[in-house]
Amino acid sequence: MLLRYRGREGMLAWAFHRISGLAIWLFVVIHIIDIYLAGDDPKAYDTILQVYASAPGRIGEVLLGAALLYHALNGLRIVIMDFWPRMTHYHRQMWWASWVIFVGLGLPAAFIILKPIFVPG
Amino acid sequence: MTQRMNRPRPQGGGLELAAWYLVRLSGLGLFVLALAHFSILHFLFDPSQETSNFIFGQRWNDLVWRVLDWALLMLVIMHSFLGVRTVVGDYVKGGARTALMSGLYLLALLLFALGTMVVVGLPSQVLAL
Repeated sequence: MLLRYRGREGMLAWAFHRISGLAIWLFVVIHIIDIYLAGDDPKAYDTILQVYASAPGRIGEVLLGAALLYHALNGLRIVIMDFWPRMTHYHRQMWWASWVIFVGLGLPAAFIILKPIFVPG
Repeated sequence: MTQRMNRPRPQGGGLELAAWYLVRLSGLGLFVLALAHFSILHFLFDPSQETSNFIFGQRWNDLVWRVLDWALLMLVIMHSFLGVRTVVGDYVKGGARTALMSGLYLLALLLFALGTMVVVGLPSQVLAL
C-alpha cells in the first residue's frame, strides 16, 4: 500500500517518521524505568542489562539505532523545510541525501554493536 | 511540483502553535543529545560494561553528565509525548481521546519524576513505591 500510494517519497518519509517515532517512544518508556531501577534496585538493573548485552538485545539496539538515526535525519529535513520554506522544493533530494547518510553512518554503527556476538570478550 | 507533507504551522497562535514550535526545537536539541547519548553508550562503551556501578561510579560521577542527561530526559519526554499526542489526535476522537491523553500525560509526569529522582540521586524511598 505504502509503495503504491501517490504520495511517493513524501508519503513514505511521513510513514517511516511516524513508525520510528512510536518505536522510540516505547523504548524511552522502558529505558527510563530501567535506569530508575539502577538507582532503586541495582541487582535487578544489572540482570536486565544482560538482556541489552545479549545477541537478541544487540539486534534490538541496531533496530533502535536505525529508528533513531532515520527519525533524526528526517526530522532535520522537516525542520529545515518548516523554518526555510524554499527548501521544500528540494524535499525529495533531501530525503535521498538522508538515506545516503543513514547507510554511511548506520552500517559501521551496526557492525560495532553486533561485533561482540561474533568476537566475544 | 512541490508537495508539502509536513504538519502546517497552526494558525492563530495559542497552545497549538506553542506545541508545534516545542516539537521542532526539542527535536533539534535531541538531534545532538540523543544521538550523542546513543553513540557514547554503544561506541565508546559497550552495554556489557554498563552496570549500575558504571552508571553511579563513572558515568554520573560528573555533574556535567548528570545535567546533560537531565536535559535529555526533559527534551525526550516533551518531544515524544507531544508526538504521541499528534498521533492519538489523528486516529482517536471524542471521549476515548480524552481518556487516552489523560493516561499519557500521567505516564509522562511519572516518567519525568522517576528519571529526575534517579539522575539527581534522590533515594527512592521518597516515592515510597
